Amino acid sequence: MTTIVALVVVGPLVAAAAGLMWQDRSVVRDVITLGGLGATTAAAAWLLVAVERNGTVVIRVGGWDPDLGIVLVADLFAALILVVAVATILVVEIFAIGQRRTAWGADARLAGPLLLVLTSGVALAIVTGDLFTLFVAFELILISSYVLLTHQGRRGQIRSGMTYVTMNLFASTLFLLGVAFVYSATGTVNFAQLAIRIPELSSELRWGIGLWFLVVFGTKAAIFPLFSWLPDSYPTAPTTITAVFAGLLTKIGVYALIRFHTMMSMEDLGPVILIVAGVTMLVGVAGALAQDDMKRILSFHIVSQIGYMLMGLGLFSVAGVAGAVLFLIHQIPIKTVLFLVGGLVEESEGTSTLDRVGGLAARKPVIALLFALPALSLAGLPPFSGFVAKLALIDAGIADVSVPIVAVALVGSLLTLLSMAKIWLGVFWGGQPNSPAPVPVDSGSVRSHRLMVTATSFAVAATLGIALAAGPLWELSERAAIDLIDPSDYVELVLQ
Amino acid sequence: MSLALVFAVAGLVSVGTFLVTSRSLSRIVLGFSMLGHAAVLALLASGGPAGDPPLADQSDLETIANPLPQALSLTAIVISFGLTLFLLALARRQHLLTGGDLVEDDLEDRRIAYEADDNDEIGSAA
Repeated sequence: MTTIVALVVVGPLVAAAAGLMWQDRSVVRDVITLGGLGATTAAAAWLLVAVERNGTVVIRVGGWDPDLGIVLVADLFAALILVVAVATILVVEIFAIGQRRTAWGADARLAGPLLLVLTSGVALAIVTGDLFTLFVAFELILISSYVLLTHQGRRGQIRSGMTYVTMNLFASTLFLLGVAFVYSATGTVNFAQLAIRIPELSSELRWGIGLWFLVVFGTKAAIFPLFSWLPDSYPTAPTTITAVFAGLLTKIGVYALIRFHTMMSMEDLGPVILIVAGVTMLVGVAGALAQDDMKRILSFHIVSQIGYMLMGLGLFSVAGVAGAVLFLIHQIPIKTVLFLVGGLVEESEGTSTLDRVGGLAARKPVIALLFALPALSLAGLPPFSGFVAKLALIDAGIADVSVPIVAVALVGSLLTLLSMAKIWLGVFWGGQPNSPAPVPVDSGSVRSHRLMVTATSFAVAATLGIALAAGPLWELSERAAIDLIDPSDYVELVLQ
Repeated sequence: MSLALVFAVAGLVSVGTFLVTSRSLSRIVLGFSMLGHAAVLALLASGGPAGDPPLADQSDLETIANPLPQALSLTAIVISFGLTLFLLALARRQHLLTGGDLVEDDLEDRRIAYEADDNDEIGSAA
């Protein structure tokens, strides 16, 4: 059982190496990429079932003691997010295989293997049991994302890639400095030992460490005021790449934030996190309202939605953290799907700028439906998964008597609906614009189009499934939150 | 912990941050190598006082330096080396595309700035 935890990290890396070896033979490469991602998804699902039944799985890499070596820990929170994350990447890869024949595709020779490296980094970041390995995992994710963002070498990509790399590299340096501070203060980087030692530190030191890592993880998660790099860089990449980034990269930052701040008992920081959460919600959605390109609107929404997860964390109650976990589970596929639909619009119309497309609902009803369902879910309308997740958060906020943040969250939802309506009006309703967009240079074949639509429909169906399974998922999230707020089981299992 | 190390970290972080905020890509690359050195020095300092080389089976456990931060530093050095190379490659690509070394303006930002200017002019005319 324990080997699976290591396999989800090592497996994709091996597949990536194999994919690079055969990068010029498209069939072999695709089989390796899809096989690697499929096997990882299956392993992650198996892990979730095992963890749910038998409790947390711990593996000591190389047999070293936890205070010297690396431990990988799959608790319920880790297993839940791992399944959602890896399955999302698998769907995107299927979409990418369809999209590569069009003018908007990524370079297939690199994109598949790089996505596998990214998967490995995501898996490592999720199951790691110490702060330094988390740093290494972030680097693994970021290095592959740097290359995915800039590998086509277009001018816009290089310009925004430079901002993206600079911001993230700076955050990584801060991360490394933070590791040094934590090690000086506690003499360990292992989460289980930190969960014992950090609460014993003086209040000033705890505030220092908590705020430092709020900035570090917050930059990755694009919270206010550290988000400016995101809406600028994401839209320039090929759709599939943006979809993976939108669905996963910021969410891994949130994951790290939730894991670190709950396990290290940073309750004192609650009010600070709640203020940041509220401002992030409003600034993100206000930015989205001001945009006139579908992909840019969606990019600003990434920022806005991060605020909701932070809100759950900031409450530091079981209900709040469980709400944040559920929101994370709902948000990863939803954001990815919306960007995939953006890719379908781009493929069909040649652009995703609002005033250059129109009337798509009449001409391409399938795309319109595929957009409408996740968009309503994003805005939090019943009966979709977004409603369930937001209800959980609002409920937790009311139980905590945090009225301002609840009010801000509701206003944010309303504005989200407004900007989704803006996309709907611009892209799907109305007539075709007078100045038609340039016809795509190399339009994809019918088969590749069908593959893209199938992958997107599958993902939309999965998000509807989240709403249907809301009861069991909420129960799992609650159990994960209880383990996070009181990590004594985790600590005991790792240190025994 | 040696005070000299603390001052070295502080100095490297300030110079590095200053360089990273500049517009020239080669300065940004230099800034990041400074910041990388600062982080590695901080990690090294976090291991406590210096001591004998920590060689397996050959050293006295009482007098050796803490090997763990050194292992962490090595990993960090390798990562920052790779990233410096990637940044240089990006800078080279930028040079090929634009013939310059400066970070380009964001078109969106510039458009908004122009519109804001226009609005101001209309406002002052009225």
